[in-house]
Amino acid sequence: MGIEVIFKGRNLIRLMEGLLVAMKISLLSVVISIVLGIILGMLMTLKKPGITFISRIYLEIVRIMPQMVLLFIVYFGFAKMTGINLSAEASAVIVFSFWGTAEMADLVRGCMASIPKIQYESSTALGFTRLQTYVHVIIPQIIRRLIPLSINLITRMIKTTSLVMMIGIVEVLKVGQQIIEANRKSAPNAAFGVFAVIFLLYFLACWPISHFSKYLEKKWEN
Amino acid sequence: MDEILKIEHLNKKFDDLTVLEDISLEVKKGEVVVVVGPSGCGKSTFLRCINGLETIQDGKILLDGETVNPPLGNIKNYREKIGMVFQSYDLFPHKTIIENLMLAPLKVQKRNKVEVRKEAEELLEKVGLSSKKDNYPRQLSGGQKQRVAIVRALIMHPEVLLFDEVTAALDPEMVREVLDVIMELARQNRTMLIVTHEMAFAKAVADRVIFMDGGVIVEDTDPKSFFENPATERAKKFLSTFEYNE
Ligand SMILES: Nc1ncnc2c1ncn2[C@@H]1O[C@H](COP(=O)(O)OP(=O)(O)OP(=O)(O)O)[C@@H](O)[C@H]1O
Ligand SMILES: [Mg+2]
Repeated sequence: MGIEVIFKGRNLIRLMEGLLVAMKISLLSVVISIVLGIILGMLMTLKKPGITFISRIYLEIVRIMPQMVLLFIVYFGFAKMTGINLSAEASAVIVFSFWGTAEMADLVRGCMASIPKIQYESSTALGFTRLQTYVHVIIPQIIRRLIPLSINLITRMIKTTSLVMMIGIVEVLKVGQQIIEANRKSAPNAAFGVFAVIFLLYFLACWPISHFSKYLEKKWEN
Repeated sequence: MDEILKIEHLNKKFDDLTVLEDISLEVKKGEVVVVVGPSGCGKSTFLRCINGLETIQDGKILLDGETVNPPLGNIKNYREKIGMVFQSYDLFPHKTIIENLMLAPLKVQKRNKVEVRKEAEELLEKVGLSSKKDNYPRQLSGGQKQRVAIVRALIMHPEVLLFDEVTAALDPEMVREVLDVIMELARQNRTMLIVTHEMAFAKAVADRVIFMDGGVIVEDTDPKSFFENPATERAKKFLSTFEYNE
């Protein structure tokens, strides 16, 4: 089956290290995306024409451009334009945050828009101040809707990280590829085993997150 | 002088559209005023102006002799004194029934938690919903939710209650249980303004009927005269649209 090449030498450790790099990139991008996304999403609900216009264009760019193209633009284009050489990891974090922020902002905007007007009005009618209405009524509802959605986004971001191997980061798929290449002669079937292990690693990284999100969704449905 | 609520020459516009025109009305303590009129005549807007959910363009609304709209300073304190129940279910979906009831007394009125919980439980008992206190709104029927919404207004000890078609979104078999609660409040001499399309209920609960059409008060009379012998053609026409339903 070729699975034995995984356990040869440092191969398994290299795979794990690759996953670690991928996780580091995802984690950093996820944190940046969530923070910036919440800020942008809130700005978007203000319905100021300037902000609406710019964020529309931004969301549209993210939607149209494949992440890979963005990666190449940032990694190669940025260096050419400015003379500064970005590391592959930094480029990946920039691109994933650029993408994640857009997705997160859209989720936040959607969640805020989905709170019915009557929730604000009945709070006001009960004598709540604007601040109290947000603290006790609106924000708790937004968070409940947002958490499962953002966990879903995080899972997707982790999966998409494998894209960065296109620009040469030593990351899971790339390590996998290297192991396969190195063992082409001794274990011609290594591809299957190596990819099976990679699949398992990704599954282990994403499954608990995805499961947790389903659990929250169920618990908080209303 | 036992007028609790006084509306003087109220005018309300949405941009260029005049929705309420020169409305004047005095409501006595303990009076049950039913407001009826065709769809779009401004009934909801009228109630919303009374508790300051809408700004007004002209005129004044006074509660206990003090102006509440246009708002002078602390309108929040007046809102506590005016309870409102809306047509659509508006309970807080992330809170249990008892939490829905306790939130405003605790946060707005800063009352004692033990005392508020006790009152909430008593009120739930009165509307037959004790067993639901730890459920979430989504686990209740429409009629049950509206009864909770009424209790949520009552626990603030309002001086005036506003009801805006609280049964309009309900399945027919649930209308009765909600109207019964309002009837009971009328028996307790609560001051209420009730907008409804349930004419039999209006007739039974009202001390006084206001008929609105096109943003003005067309008739302001007692229920017997209004339902049995309306003075204006517009009221006759309006009432005739209900004849098949009763
Ligand atoms: N926020 C708003 N902006 C603009 N126009 C509004 C707004 N709210 C209400 N209107 C208009 O004001 C008029 C009165 O509306 P209102 O909801 O008070 O009527 P209503 O008597 O309660 O009707 P219904 O019996 O259908 O509930 C309608 O013509 C409506 O279109
Ligand atoms: Mg209405």
